[in-house]
Amino acid sequence: MKENWEAVIGLEIHAQLSTETKIFCGCATSFGDEPNANTCPVCLGLPGALPVLNNHVVDLGARAALSLALHINEESVFSRKNYFYPDLPKGYQISQFDRPFSERGVLEVMTATRDEAGHVREWRPMTVRITRMHLEEDAGKNVHEGLPDTDRYSYVDLNRAGTPLAEIVTEPDFRSSWEAYDYVNHVRRALQWVGASDADMEKGNLRCEANVSVRRKSEEQFGTKVELKNLNSVRFMQRAIEYEIDRQIKLIESGGRVTQETRLWDDRAGETRVMRSKEEAHDYRYFPEPDLQPLVVTPEFIESVRAAMPELPEARRRRFMQDYELSYNDAAQLTSEIALANYYELTAKAASNPRGASNWIRSELLRELEAADVAVADSPVKPEELGALVRIIDEGGISGKQGKEVLIEMFATGKTAAAIVEERGLAQVSDTGEIEGVIAEVLAANPPQVAQYRAGKEGLFGFFVGQVMKASKGKANPKLVNELLKKKLSES
Amino acid sequence: MNNPDHTIESLSLRIARGETTVRAVTDAALDAAEKLNDTLNAFLQIDRAGATRRADELSAPQSVGDAPRALVGVPIAVKDNICVRGLQASCGSRILANYHPPYDATVIERLSAAGAVIIGKTNCDEFAMGSSNENSAFGPVRNPWDTARVPGGSSGGSAATVAARIVPVALGSETGGSVRQPASLCGIVGVKPTYGRVSRYGLVAFGSSLDQVSVFGLTVRDAAAVLGVIAGRDPHDATTADVPVPDYAAELDTEGARGARIGVPRALFGDGLDDEVRRSVEQSIEAYRDLGAEIVDVELPHAKYSIAVYYIIATAEASANLARFDGVRYGHRTEEARTLSEMYRRTRDEGFGAEVKRRIMLGTYVLSSGYYDAYYRKAQQVRTLIKKDFLDALAQCDAILTPTTPTPAFLLGEKTDDPLAMYLSDIYTCTANLAGIPGIAVPCGLSSTGLPIGFQLLGRHWGEATLFRLAHAYERAQPFTARPPLIATSED
Ligand SMILES: [Zn+2]
Repeated sequence: MKENWEAVIGLEIHAQLSTETKIFCGCATSFGDEPNANTCPVCLGLPGALPVLNNHVVDLGARAALSLALHINEESVFSRKNYFYPDLPKGYQISQFDRPFSERGVLEVMTATRDEAGHVREWRPMTVRITRMHLEEDAGKNVHEGLPDTDRYSYVDLNRAGTPLAEIVTEPDFRSSWEAYDYVNHVRRALQWVGASDADMEKGNLRCEANVSVRRKSEEQFGTKVELKNLNSVRFMQRAIEYEIDRQIKLIESGGRVTQETRLWDDRAGETRVMRSKEEAHDYRYFPEPDLQPLVVTPEFIESVRAAMPELPEARRRRFMQDYELSYNDAAQLTSEIALANYYELTAKAASNPRGASNWIRSELLRELEAADVAVADSPVKPEELGALVRIIDEGGISGKQGKEVLIEMFATGKTAAAIVEERGLAQVSDTGEIEGVIAEVLAANPPQVAQYRAGKEGLFGFFVGQVMKASKGKANPKLVNELLKKKLSES
Repeated sequence: MNNPDHTIESLSLRIARGETTVRAVTDAALDAAEKLNDTLNAFLQIDRAGATRRADELSAPQSVGDAPRALVGVPIAVKDNICVRGLQASCGSRILANYHPPYDATVIERLSAAGAVIIGKTNCDEFAMGSSNENSAFGPVRNPWDTARVPGGSSGGSAATVAARIVPVALGSETGGSVRQPASLCGIVGVKPTYGRVSRYGLVAFGSSLDQVSVFGLTVRDAAAVLGVIAGRDPHDATTADVPVPDYAAELDTEGARGARIGVPRALFGDGLDDEVRRSVEQSIEAYRDLGAEIVDVELPHAKYSIAVYYIIATAEASANLARFDGVRYGHRTEEARTLSEMYRRTRDEGFGAEVKRRIMLGTYVLSSGYYDAYYRKAQQVRTLIKKDFLDALAQCDAILTPTTPTPAFLLGEKTDDPLAMYLSDIYTCTANLAGIPGIAVPCGLSSTGLPIGFQLLGRHWGEATLFRLAHAYERAQPFTARPPLIATSED
């Protein structure tokens, strides 16, 4: 039944900008402190207190906007968004409304077609229009459990109140839950990449809401949209959208109508549930915040931010493919995180072998890092050392198999590759004369096998290799052993 | 009780000569405040302990290297909507009846650093909303000239304390004339600085784009001395401007009014203006002519919309500013509520008085979806025109002279049933707040019933020095020597 339907999805992302202090006061933005420890008259909303914009927010906001190909407005205006809630100390949130910080972004995002299990089949580019990205303050947190008298009282923790957020809103440009999934991951990576946000959904510093509607493929008009909240990970979001699309199609096909409402995703139950309907929707009565001047950013400022930003992930991926002859998938994996991309380039340089460096990082190093739960930036094996290991292998000093063991020891001890090879006595014998001597001994010791081989039983080749390696205590260069054995055995 | 120290000038001189002490001056002010408060109800809190402690500190010899302090030992009264650490800040409202702010307003920090002694917190209309002081939750203030009459509002308590010679100077706040209007009704000087001249940090907000801390004084020189101390950019208030603050007092004696051009908007001298007020203000105009000023006609074609515009913008901003009084963090919270919305409704219903509720509703309405363009946006557009009127008129003259109020002080209860008539008390004053320009109210005579009459001068942005100079020239030529009968008898 799904074939005749099309889903229309728009996304709103709230990303916490990684400043040390709050957007309108000097309180710390640190996480996990005593409730209400990081507060002052301003973020408590005490009578008479006034907001003053933290300039670092503008800097990080500009980085975020540029990383998402948004146009930054030279003048934007903060507005008050009015509603009552205990976690909102002033009774309004300082946000931006009709004149946002940045708008009109057109972003190319890679998305994949996937099979039923979610495994990638093929990557393709997709264009996403970002309507706007504005700056605003976060609210605090209501606490309903874990404290005395929570049967009668709720508590309010305002440590988070006033934390700077960037709200990123797209046009309804997504047609599947996986497109939305790939977009959110793209945004997370871009924000982390430029240092604008930690963008960690589990820690709550990136939050996501989806507007979902469905229509028959022949229809032009959008269906009634439903807003999805409580999407606490990218995977939850994808599942929630998928569920919601199915729910709406089934509803319409069985003669029902979709109601405009907000629904919460319950991941344990695997379903969305009504939170509030349109009738209860707020009139936020936005008006320009009189306590703050319009935010003016000069073209020079924007250029200085742009100049100070690292090469963006997409550009870097393209360069890796071109300069280092990496595949799309390999380059994409290596540019998934700026620390990894930097690590890769240093390793490639030290190894003088970009593809080799790519293989060793992706198949060996990342596994070790993951097992030890260590970030790339903190890797005990420095990129120069990994590059040196790759070089030793390339030069035939040790075998690839030995290299893997050496890397594990490097990881555990922090010793250099050269030191481990030396200590273990692993250096390969690549002296042709020496290997030829060993081969001669082996052949002389096994005349029946030599005869059988020469009579056409070529399967015995492996036997000879094994004997030579054994005789050389594993040190003979296997490539040379192969070459020389073939030569000796063919001589008669 | 005979307290001759009615001006900062004479008081400072006598302290310097050793004829009196800071402690004696402080005690005299406290005694007068306590003695007269039963009659006037001007103070909501008299801080005898704090004021005497401060006086004793100030009496200790200054350590070498301390900067000279402009207001050493000057007793000052502070409107109860300005935060002083440790004192109450009820704002004339039940909802903040027991609220004690944990921080000092910037103006208080500056006054304290200059050596002023805060005597107490003065009564005012609830959240500065009113023109008669009858909207205080703690009873009306009475006019020292006739205790059956209002002192004006909203800073009526501060005006009465200066008029009654309890203190030489007091702080009030203006949103639409709340200092100039009571100054005029109480026969003293009141100055409203340019918007952005004085920090609003710690002034409990009413209409944020209009509010300014303002000063009462018995003389122009005293008002200038206090403004000189509190004016100037404050990093805690983003709407303060980095414009140099001249030495106002030093400029008083230069030039006088000779050669000045004073603009008179004749169209504002029509309907609704009391005959005695008109005559008195006309005489002031003639006095300026005698002083060598040139009198020119000016037009303010959009001034007739000022009351309408003012009550839209001020109430819109107030509706958001007063949202924080929700019973969650501080101030009154209802005893009886089972749900969150019930707590909000009951807390605010019990905490706010009728006028505040009226204005919150008005402001909420003009910002509502569907009405915003017709009211709030249009009001902002007309506000721009009013400001342009003043800029155009002030391009042709140095100051504009008008009556301060249409009538002398009215009787308690006279206008309480007619909010519109009450709103019209602000007709001459609210334009300066809308245009952001400075204004000074100067007493210029008594009515046949012995009530003070005043005129006001309005000047260019940042042009307070010109207003002080012109007002001082008038004051010297036409000294206002009358005293309220209440005081005259108590002192003789
Ligand atoms: Zn804070």
